[in-house]
Amino acid sequence: MIGFVGRRLLSGVALLLAITTIAYLLLYLGGGDIARRILGESATEENVAARAAELGLDRPLVAQYGSWLRGAVTGDLGTSWFTGQPVAEAITSRVAVTLSLVSGAVLLTAVLSVVLGVVAATRGGWAGRLVQVLSVVGFAVPNFLVAVVLVLVFALGLGLVNPTGFVPLRTSVAGWAASVVLPVVALSLAGVASVSQQVRGAVLDALREDYVRTLRSRGLPERRVVLEHVLRNASGPALAVLAVQFVGLLGGAVIVEQVFAIPGLGQVAVQATTQGDIPLVMGLVVATALIVIVFNLLVDLLQGWLNPKVRLS
Amino acid sequence: MTTPSASPTPSGGRSREGSGPLEQTAVLAGSSTGLPEPTTASTGTRARPRPLVGRLLRNPTGVVPLGVLALLVLAALLAPVLAPSDPGTSDISSVLVPPGGEHLLGTDSSGRDVLSRLLFAARFSLAGAVVALVTAMVLGVSGGLLAGYFGRWVDTVWSAVVALLMALPGIVVLLAARAVIGPSLWYSMLVFGVLMSPAFFRLVYALVTGVRDELYVDAARVSGLSDSRIIRRHILIVVRAPLVIQAAIVTGVALAIQSGLEFLGLGDINVPTWGQMLNDGFANLYRAPGLITWPALSIGLTLVCLTLLASALRDELQRSSSAPRRRPRRAATAALDRVLRHDARDEDVDAADVLLRVQGLSVGYPAPDGGTTTVVHDVSLTVARGEVHGVVGESGSGKTQTAWSVLGLLPPGGRVVGGAMTFDGQPLDQMDGKQRRALRGRRIAYIPQEPMSNLDPAFTIGHQLVEPIRVVTGASRAAARRRALELLGEVGIPDPQRTFDAYPHQVSGGMAQRVLIAGAISCGPDLLVADEPTTALDVTVQAEVLDVLRDLQRRSGMAVVLVTHNFGVVADLCDRVTVMREGRVVETGPTRSVFADPQHPYTRELLGAVLHDTPPRGPLPPREPGSSPGSAGSGSSPRSARSGSSPRSARPDRSLGGVR
Repeated sequence: MIGFVGRRLLSGVALLLAITTIAYLLLYLGGGDIARRILGESATEENVAARAAELGLDRPLVAQYGSWLRGAVTGDLGTSWFTGQPVAEAITSRVAVTLSLVSGAVLLTAVLSVVLGVVAATRGGWAGRLVQVLSVVGFAVPNFLVAVVLVLVFALGLGLVNPTGFVPLRTSVAGWAASVVLPVVALSLAGVASVSQQVRGAVLDALREDYVRTLRSRGLPERRVVLEHVLRNASGPALAVLAVQFVGLLGGAVIVEQVFAIPGLGQVAVQATTQGDIPLVMGLVVATALIVIVFNLLVDLLQGWLNPKVRLS
Repeated sequence: MTTPSASPTPSGGRSREGSGPLEQTAVLAGSSTGLPEPTTASTGTRARPRPLVGRLLRNPTGVVPLGVLALLVLAALLAPVLAPSDPGTSDISSVLVPPGGEHLLGTDSSGRDVLSRLLFAARFSLAGAVVALVTAMVLGVSGGLLAGYFGRWVDTVWSAVVALLMALPGIVVLLAARAVIGPSLWYSMLVFGVLMSPAFFRLVYALVTGVRDELYVDAARVSGLSDSRIIRRHILIVVRAPLVIQAAIVTGVALAIQSGLEFLGLGDINVPTWGQMLNDGFANLYRAPGLITWPALSIGLTLVCLTLLASALRDELQRSSSAPRRRPRRAATAALDRVLRHDARDEDVDAADVLLRVQGLSVGYPAPDGGTTTVVHDVSLTVARGEVHGVVGESGSGKTQTAWSVLGLLPPGGRVVGGAMTFDGQPLDQMDGKQRRALRGRRIAYIPQEPMSNLDPAFTIGHQLVEPIRVVTGASRAAARRRALELLGEVGIPDPQRTFDAYPHQVSGGMAQRVLIAGAISCGPDLLVADEPTTALDVTVQAEVLDVLRDLQRRSGMAVVLVTHNFGVVADLCDRVTVMREGRVVETGPTRSVFADPQHPYTRELLGAVLHDTPPRGPLPPREPGSSPGSAGSGSSPRSARSGSSPRSARPDRSLGGVR
């Protein structure tokens, strides 16, 4: 098991390194033009050159990346070109909000998908039809559109919750819950659509396995066969899809946060993008990649715990 | 937002299945080159499928979205004609005018006509999505074709690329790109097209590697066609339909992410798109709540239609690949309908020592035409306490179905459609599911055929033994554990503790079968149903497992229904034997009597097959005492064996093995 974890950790670090390298090279490829873009068309050549030198953009790309990487290892991701705030600080101050949204959505997705998928596979009926309809609607309609509809219906139409605004958890637990419920639901729909379908398929596959017949022949109650054996064997493929959905969920959070005016990474992202604040954009890339890699690591560990064969391979 | 790699998942695996008939279409379409017909028999017998488009047009879930999409494209193309005014002309004096009158759908926050903007936005939104689609297709398809056709190194590189693409949400990549290249619908869609190209690459690569080694491609190569011509003629056609599905999905995803980007206000304000309108509508949600509905509806409608279209296409592909592959096996010509009984046991209904009685059992499965296909016909079987009863027949003879019926564990769809079963005097067919379950494990146990697939790979062997013991007997965990270890010893497992702690994939097939035997007898059943318990094992292991079974049966005195196709096993273990063929019982009686005097030609054939499994014999064996004179030569052909001139001479010569 330790070897398994070690291998996964190593490949995660390698992946992170590859992504930051590629992202850095692409983002800073512009070189001196970046300074021109910051200062505008009317700036003089000298001013542009001075600014480029000030930002270190006149150095060779590889050297720039080398010093960025040295800093990044120690947690220093540079400073914003526009606000002068350290990038790491700008991100860590917002990341918790985004993570709370995303983890809420992952939890909701997992629970709803398992319930719907298992009921659809074993009973069919309304759950089966719901999973089918969801699989089209949830796949087709992007989550920001869902968010807009939720705001229109529940906040403006019914007046149940405040349409926008975020209450920090420390201020009020109930207020926080009320402010995240709509975004979490909006984020979860696509995930539920695809994961519940996967759970349904995987449960149906597992139910056809020989060992299910044998377990039944031993007199185990059906509920126990399904919830213990079938579900555990079906959880592997379902988790794999959840991991794929997580990436989309994180991306969706960037947009959905804007709909509900939630001060998370999405706000930083939009601000950095419109201003062309490259160090901040680079920091965002590192943060999202890190979140995805850590989540995938957790999923891998869970897979290993669920399926003994994974541990050994 | 959906990521590049998320979208191929729903289609990838399934659409592959659809390539069967498509391959055929491909060959037919390319038949002008004078190539041979496809060589596989399965494709040869099927009729040429109707073109996919034609079938799609008959399918309502296909034709409706197709129609809606066609209308949308038409509206986009005709926007200059249809739109009442220029989409960019703003009129500060009429800002946020409600729908009606001069502005059919009202005006936006800059006083621009919403309907005109909606129509023109359709042009740019759809065109943007098409830019992404074309980019993804050009890169993905050409890459996939080349890599699939020529390359064998691709798999390793591929997993690295996927890992990279999976680690960043598409929107984050687009945001980063926007930070560097500025606001541009076309550039961002170009970047997104690159991100989506693996969706096509993977699809085409998988299909091409599947087709590359097909015989007709080889034939084309041998006949001197150039590689590029082969790719065009034979391979591109195969991947055509799955590509259309993927294209619909990718277009949808591109439109969604584009709208998201524009919705964030990161688009080019000079290009009207639905996303831009969404942004404007959302900014004025309180002042004009209706403003947001039109772009939201347009985006939603387009996306739902694209998804429905993709799923309708997929369904059509699946249907055509799975339709006509049934082998009609009904109306078996039962030469002898009467069951040949060696004694009157099956009629003796009141016999006290009868443990299991099956009378006139029929098992059916739903047929595609809505009727029922009967796979077991009118089977009767009587098993006395402590008796080992063999059920023999070739595969497909219905013996396993009979065994599963006794257990009440027929696969989904299968059901008992006739007859009656009693176990220890209780009518099995009148019990509900709960009562049947109460018998299973406790009184009726089961040993399956294939040891490895009958152990749950996710749990240790110990857990799989302990759990049923606890459920059935209510024993404590410790007691159940002791019992399980004891059982593992009883079935001849050398190191019970080690096997107890192992996972199924860590033990051999022979060990796994012993574990299954241990599990079956764990609660001291009265009847053991063993479904070909040795078939999947090595020959040497087979003998050992049979020994274990024989020992256990002798010690416990339980009755056994032993399903097998091997008369050697029957001779070895069974008191009585029932011979089945094509779902019917053909002959039944005490083993000794059936072996000595097989009545049915089929029984004789099976007996002959057993003898052929033995190593080649030397000269003809001495004639057994008691055989009728003149029969020595009559066993030399299956026909004479069947004519029934002498049952014992049914031992055919070796030429029979060659005939079958």
